Amino acid sequence: MNAAAPPLEPPFDQLVAQQRPYLMKFARLQLRNDVWAEDAVSDALLAALARPQAFAGRSQLKTWLVGILKHKIIDALRQHQREVCLAPASDDDRADPLEHMAFRADGHFAEAPADWGNPEQDLSRDQFFAVLEACTDKLPPVQGRLFLMREWLELSSDEICKALALTPTNLYVQLHRARLRLRECLELNWFGIR
Amino acid sequence: MNPVLRTLPLMRSCKEAASLMVAREDRPLTRTERWALRLHLSLCKACPNFEGQVLTMRQAMKQWRNDSDHG
Repeated sequence: MNAAAPPLEPPFDQLVAQQRPYLMKFARLQLRNDVWAEDAVSDALLAALARPQAFAGRSQLKTWLVGILKHKIIDALRQHQREVCLAPASDDDRADPLEHMAFRADGHFAEAPADWGNPEQDLSRDQFFAVLEACTDKLPPVQGRLFLMREWLELSSDEICKALALTPTNLYVQLHRARLRLRECLELNWFGIR
Repeated sequence: MNPVLRTLPLMRSCKEAASLMVAREDRPLTRTERWALRLHLSLCKACPNFEGQVLTMRQAMKQWRNDSDHG
């Protein structure tokens, strides 16, 4: 009896190429610039193809590629450090981000913040993550980049300041705005309408 | 509220407390900030809900990150 032929695996190059759309989505979300995103993804794919032995099936291909992409994206952020934090002046720069939440003149909440309920229950839902991603995507570019450097690239505030030559104060102001905007967007598009 | 408590930092402002709870996601709070926030949270009815929202977002981003990394 003949042993069954092993299922045909597409060549490694093709398996890697199939992951490109997935990688592009995160590169765009993080870099907010299509050209930088394409370059970073191309760099990541070339680096992956240059050393397939490094993959060796130890993890999922996707996990391995995302790891490489993150390094290439950090390189891109460093390379474009001046543009990364350059934003056209907007009303958002002057507004107090906490103004979106109603406070009385004495600094107390006019209306208590809503109880968002049991996250474990909600977070398992794909729809929630679609909303979360859309809300992140809606952040102004500078805020979005800095926010995802913290939350997706998992860089410390110090590392971000160093990579982009930012002052801590400047970074904290932007992150503060980003987090409050995200809170507001989630409240409006998810928690408030359940 | 007890008049002595009213003179303590943060006691009068949920806005300041909310600001610290957001800042805590990106920088360590000073000892004084930590203490004042803790006291505020123990006495305020509204702010624990805000803290819950910030923690929910922290948890959500963590899960999103894990999902994105492992597809």
